[in-house]
Amino acid sequence: MSTKERNVDLAKWSGPKRPYDLVKEFVIALVVVTVLVGALAALFSSPDDRAITLQQWGQNAPSDFVATATGELAGSTISAGYGAPYNTAAEGLNLGPLKIQKWAGVTIPVNPAEDFVLKPLKSSIDPAVPGAVATWNGASSDQQTKWASDYASAIEKAGDAASVTADAAYGPVPILTNALLHLAQEGSLDGLLTTQVTPLPSDFTMPMLFLADGAYFDDLGAKQHLHGDQWGMMNETGSYPGQSWLWMFSSLYQIEPFKSSENADAQIFFVLMLLNLGFIFMPKLPFINRLPRLIPFHRLIWRKYYKENNL
Amino acid sequence: MATMWTTRVRRATIERIDPQDALPDNQPSYVASWIYVFGVLTLAALAVIIGSGIWLTTKGAAWWHSSSVGHYVNSVHLWAVEMFFVFMVVHLWGKFWMAAWRGRRFMTWVTGTFCFLASLATAFTGYLIQGNFDSQWIATQAKDGLNSVGIGSFMNTLNSGQALLLHVALLPLAVGIIVVWHVILVRKNGVVPPLDAKEIAGGGK
Repeated sequence: MSTKERNVDLAKWSGPKRPYDLVKEFVIALVVVTVLVGALAALFSSPDDRAITLQQWGQNAPSDFVATATGELAGSTISAGYGAPYNTAAEGLNLGPLKIQKWAGVTIPVNPAEDFVLKPLKSSIDPAVPGAVATWNGASSDQQTKWASDYASAIEKAGDAASVTADAAYGPVPILTNALLHLAQEGSLDGLLTTQVTPLPSDFTMPMLFLADGAYFDDLGAKQHLHGDQWGMMNETGSYPGQSWLWMFSSLYQIEPFKSSENADAQIFFVLMLLNLGFIFMPKLPFINRLPRLIPFHRLIWRKYYKENNL
Repeated sequence: MATMWTTRVRRATIERIDPQDALPDNQPSYVASWIYVFGVLTLAALAVIIGSGIWLTTKGAAWWHSSSVGHYVNSVHLWAVEMFFVFMVVHLWGKFWMAAWRGRRFMTWVTGTFCFLASLATAFTGYLIQGNFDSQWIATQAKDGLNSVGIGSFMNTLNSGQALLLHVALLPLAVGIIVVWHVILVRKNGVVPPLDAKEIAGGGK
């Protein structure tokens, strides 16, 4: 860019002007947009599939519920082995040598076995539960894991928790998990997992982590084309555009090396941070900042000016 | 008197504003393209978002699930957001192909990008507080991305109360401040002249 051009860009405009009513333009735009979105809202409405409760999970997929609760006791679920910010069960994701998931530590403590299963069972009226809890608490950690793991394997082998025959090898786990299922089916578990801090809840971390550990919730997401390999949370239920502005974020999950990476979340976040920096500093990027000159869309935008000035 | 803070603030703000620059009733003759409309369309969509958002806020987070009027207002809010992003993206692309950062307008571009990014965060928290299956799914999926880099320790997507307050208070305030800043810079620096404009034809404001 020449000095002359820079001066032109900087100098106060002294050439011809034309009337331009900014306020009128805004008012007309406001009317047009209001009518447009009013019509779109009337024609297409907005999605509102009812939220899933633990009660629904317990009633519609009891075996999955029991298997997940058993997994929480065995320490084999996603939540149980998550790491920061919930617990120290794993190192979490990394970016090369940087353990970035755990830099802020455990700020939302979650002990799935205790918080999702054992604490809610204190409200159970099943007479067998206190004894089962006492047996569980009196056992060693290894014994607890063995009971729960063996029961989880038996459920997987049988294909249905209800088909597993009672066996001392599972310790108190069947009593605990089936009592929890009963709490869920009658609807009290939803409240028990949200009112641990205050009876007027606004934090759904506990029930949502538990729900997301099971297959039931995941299957519902897949049916609504919401999985990561289906462009994930960019979509909404139904045929709505959703958060289409997240297309670049979702698209990275569809391609290698991210598609098969265990650290995809952290890697994609890092790539997006770089892209955002590039977006912010685009005017300073060599070649990119020359594109408007190399590909002359500006000739179309200012065609009237160029024509009138023979440029 | 010159050392008084009030005097300094007045001189740095009000006394630097030329009424003709702040609300001009004319523009350089080169401001003659449909692409210029998308900036004001973005502002208009933002006004509809704020209006419908205030309506939803006054009725409470769960109102729209049980009221047909509420569902319609929610739909208006949703489609206003969709159109807001369409208009803003067209506006951004237009400004890119116009190389609109020329002539000390770099900060105008930067505030525009900040506006886009702050709007993404605001829209995202809006999706978290719907109180339906969509918000449950988005919250459980998004937590992994934020947790993977430690941000989840401060922004818990599964905490609807936190997302609600961010969506109706902090983030709209941030978007509002950035938009006002952006518009002030546009008015202060004027509309960028065409590439290779002749000096005789002028440039700048």
